[in-house]
Amino acid sequence: MLIRQAPDIRSSEITPEHLYRNRRQFIKATSGAALGAVSGASILGQYDGTVSAQQDIPDLVKSPFSTDEELNSFEDITTYNNFYEFGLDKGDPARYAHEMSIDPWSVRVEGEMNRPAGDVPIEDLLGPHTLEERIYRLRCVEAWSMVVPWVGFPLGDLIKRFEPTSKAKYVRFETLYRPDEMRGQRGPSLEWPYVEGLRMDEAMHPLTILAVGVYGKTLLNQQGAPLRLVVPWKYGFKSIKSIVKIQFVEDQPRNSWNVAIPNEYGFYSNVNSEVDHPRWSQASERRIGSFFRMRTQMFNGYADQVASLYEGMDLAENY
Amino acid sequence: MAVSRAKLWVFTAALAPLGLLLWAAATGGLTANPIEDITHRTGDWALRFLLLALAVTPIRKFTGWGWVADYRRMLGLFAFFYATLHFSTYLVLDFFFDFTLIFDDIVERRYVTAGFAGFVMLVPLAITSTRGMIRRLGGARWRQLHRLAYLAAIAGVVHYLWLVKIDIRPPLVYAVVLAVLLGSRIWFNYARRPARREVATPRVGADVG
Repeated sequence: MLIRQAPDIRSSEITPEHLYRNRRQFIKATSGAALGAVSGASILGQYDGTVSAQQDIPDLVKSPFSTDEELNSFEDITTYNNFYEFGLDKGDPARYAHEMSIDPWSVRVEGEMNRPAGDVPIEDLLGPHTLEERIYRLRCVEAWSMVVPWVGFPLGDLIKRFEPTSKAKYVRFETLYRPDEMRGQRGPSLEWPYVEGLRMDEAMHPLTILAVGVYGKTLLNQQGAPLRLVVPWKYGFKSIKSIVKIQFVEDQPRNSWNVAIPNEYGFYSNVNSEVDHPRWSQASERRIGSFFRMRTQMFNGYADQVASLYEGMDLAENY
Repeated sequence: MAVSRAKLWVFTAALAPLGLLLWAAATGGLTANPIEDITHRTGDWALRFLLLALAVTPIRKFTGWGWVADYRRMLGLFAFFYATLHFSTYLVLDFFFDFTLIFDDIVERRYVTAGFAGFVMLVPLAITSTRGMIRRLGGARWRQLHRLAYLAAIAGVVHYLWLVKIDIRPPLVYAVVLAVLLGSRIWFNYARRPARREVATPRVGADVG
């Protein structure tokens, strides 16, 4: 994949990964000690062979939207994943996602737009965009969270290129469907392909990005390579991975989790500490790597930027 | 009292899941979310040992192997042991005595309510597991009380079923095993009653566990 970049801030200005790793090893060692076992052993190397597929993305632009909270380690971000296309266990994506081939990759862009529909090779899709580092909180609907240094660009910038018409009220996304390379698609699970959607104003919001990397490198397959959505104020499952289709549509799309269990997962799925999942509380969360639970923030801490999108809406009704 | 060698082996084997857990903790094998992993492992083993303990009597009746009864108490106490670890993980590691959240959780989350109820039911069973308590209660009353084990197992399976997101196959496996065990009990109580009414006094084994 060819990734062009705008030189602005040198990668040397970004805190090196190994510093974060040291912190993580300390936490791992102390949590082991709490169990009566003492160790500083790392889980590095358990998933060898996958890291080598990564390319460096140098000279990333920093973003004012980034949080200065402590980052989760590269291992955490790449070994603890929900990507049901590769299995239901958090370790399955790291184990099996290498079976998916991502080169060549193209994205079908179609729907209510002035530009002609077409299959756009990923190089052309990314070409004009300046990549930024966006350090976001990620809150899973399962009440755990991470801080991830994404590399990406605003989805809105891409949408403008395709000139959606006034009929385009929503953006609908699809993940790759390729059962022979995605073993989770072969057994009983969600309906495939995985579908997600955003309202047009959510899609155009400057916080919403398409990500192509983390930690200054291209994404690993288990993270949704080569192209995924990141919507930091919504539960993680909204941030669809390995995108092959972007459609501009008039009607609200049915997202996969909503199809599977409609009374538990809605279309909006904004992080909301006051509206619980029917079966578990959303009031608190475990930040991966820290011992104490923390209280979940409204819109995952992005209320100042996004609360206005939902003014006048009943968020318990529109969960 | 001499403890048989076989019993020592079973006792040691029953500690293996804890050993594996500690090993994983020491070598960083508990995933990026160790507390969740510990919770799942201990919960799984509590349920497994409970079903094993409940399987002892049906196995004895079907096969006529009297010796299996010697393991029932140990297996039951191991179920309690892992359930206690499971609950302690929730209380200490997961919520660190944050009773506002915990109270909310137990009252409002039906899967937590079910799990908590199952754990509470195991407590009197563990307390009355000694020979002295069997004698004090009398065989009939003791047996009546210990039927709670089935209720606790139902609570445990329901607890599991209610917490999974989409794939209910793992808890369904437990549910099917439990249904077979309950079914065999009903079968013995009714279908075979005219032929031979068996009064099984609890067998007293070595005090381990």
